Amino acid sequence: MRYFLRYILVSAALAAGLAACSSTPEDEQKPAAVEERQQVPLPAGGATTQPVKPDSVARVDLTGAGKPPPRAPHNDPGNILSRRSIYYDLDQYTVKDQYRELVEAHAKYLRANLQLKMLVQGNTDERGSREYNVGLGQRRSDGLKKMLLLLGVKEEQVEAVSLGEEKPADAGHDEAAWSKNRRSDILYSGEF
Amino acid sequence: MPRMRKLLAAFFVAFLPQLATAQLSIEITGAGAQRIPVAVVPFAGEAALGPVVTAIVKADLERSGMFRILEVPAIVPVPTEASAVNYAEWRARQADGMVLGSVAVRPDGRLEVRFKLHDVVKGADLSGVAYTLSRDQVRSTAHRISDYVFEKLTGVRGVFSTRIAYVVKRGPRFELQIADADGAGEETALASLEPIISPSWSPDGRRLAYVSFENKKPVIYVHSLLDGKRNVAANFKGSNSAPAWSPDGARLAVSLSRDGGSQLYLVNPDGSGLRRLASSSGIDTEPVFSPDGQTIYFTSDRGGSPQVYRMPVSGGTPQRVTFEGSYNVSPRISPDGRLLAYIARNGGKYQVATMDLATRQVQVITDSDKDESPSFAPNGRMILLATVVGGRGVLSAVSSDGRVKQRLTISAGDVREPAWGPFTK
Repeated sequence: MRYFLRYILVSAALAAGLAACSSTPEDEQKPAAVEERQQVPLPAGGATTQPVKPDSVARVDLTGAGKPPPRAPHNDPGNILSRRSIYYDLDQYTVKDQYRELVEAHAKYLRANLQLKMLVQGNTDERGSREYNVGLGQRRSDGLKKMLLLLGVKEEQVEAVSLGEEKPADAGHDEAAWSKNRRSDILYSGEF
Repeated sequence: MPRMRKLLAAFFVAFLPQLATAQLSIEITGAGAQRIPVAVVPFAGEAALGPVVTAIVKADLERSGMFRILEVPAIVPVPTEASAVNYAEWRARQADGMVLGSVAVRPDGRLEVRFKLHDVVKGADLSGVAYTLSRDQVRSTAHRISDYVFEKLTGVRGVFSTRIAYVVKRGPRFELQIADADGAGEETALASLEPIISPSWSPDGRRLAYVSFENKKPVIYVHSLLDGKRNVAANFKGSNSAPAWSPDGARLAVSLSRDGGSQLYLVNPDGSGLRRLASSSGIDTEPVFSPDGQTIYFTSDRGGSPQVYRMPVSGGTPQRVTFEGSYNVSPRISPDGRLLAYIARNGGKYQVATMDLATRQVQVITDSDKDESPSFAPNGRMILLATVVGGRGVLSAVSSDGRVKQRLTISAGDVREPAWGPFTK
């Protein structure tokens, strides 16, 4: 979840940068954003007061400020490419079948966008030697990289590294946490 | 009765409110069976100083687990190093060793500390030293007196004047810190929002090699402690990790994944002169040099489970060193080259084990269960390690024979990745 939020933030920053340089045709065709106000829940106990609207006049802004930035496919929450983590069983380093579609989608995306680079970070749970865990995390990221290369991705596009046990997704100390920490994370250009 | 005292000590450490200071505090949880009884008489004139010299000396000696510090009744007039000694009187107090001394302020404002050590059993004057120092050197001078007493009475060089490096994690912050061996006087060499692991002291004690994740991947840096300047020693494609200095300080052994997998290489501390050391289809990591610089010990899972191996630095076939159990990692060699310390997993517990390299006899020397990163004191007598107590990372020290145990805790933070520095001049 935290990673997900981070990607959203990174994507917003990234896209804001892109928007400053150029605007794509797709971008121009998008309608102006409609601002959505969050519904204010009524206080419990069935109070009958109405929330007072701070401003009764809807504002129309054509200056471009507040326009949602364009999203790269790998940052679009609706796109499979926004899924960036794959998880492993204890002492396992091969990509499970359930992630095949995900890995294939990333491979296809990299093949179609040769300017994009990817960093694969392998991670382990906290048990055992920190340095040996760097080795185990590397085994995971190397495995994912190898799979991407077999799917036609160019070697120069992918770097496989390890964070060992140093960047847990879940700070807990039980199997529920550890299963979230045995993972490989995918980062794209601009995110590393 | 000593057990009772230990329990009380543990109680106070556990329940006293944590002080605001970040300084490491040390708790002794076990002591050697044969402790030398020593009397340290308060030095004439020391009460006027900030830190009390004899209090630091007594704490040093006590902490080593090799001495029993005797209570000394108030003596009038206060004796100095020049006073005549009535050995029979000190024998009656059961002292084997006795220290007398004085502190004086010189006309230039500097201090002069003089002391003399006596062998009470033999009735012999074991000589002493006079130091001239500034007021901010009282602590370091006290550690030198402790080193002197330790060496004269045990025949082994003391490590009270050495320093340790470790990493503290506080919230999102990681700090690489340096402190005196007693945990006092800590200084931060590097602060980062990304992890720092595997600090390794250069043999001259002036530089640290370590792994920093500040670039979203592990990169090896060499950091000069005096001026804070640092250079990249290894930042190849992939992971760069596990640096260890050669005894001559000319090279680093490292584990790199640049050619696929985690493999051993040698590289100069300035990043030049890369050379591959070994090849395997497994993970090869955690290299360390033997004290003579001829052999590399390392962790490898080439045989199916992680075990300690060794190979000549000049190349050749690695030989497996550890055989018991399915997880033996993080090898370190004692300064005399005779003892291998490593982390062994025993039924889910990660503990420090030692192996006598001549007899191959293995001994588990800790009773904690999440031990990591053992590090020999430069005299080989103690091993510093990281462990977890009450969900918090702490440092612990254990004598190489497992008898003496100490715990170093720091308030408001997790401490890990200790490395004991070399002897300083």
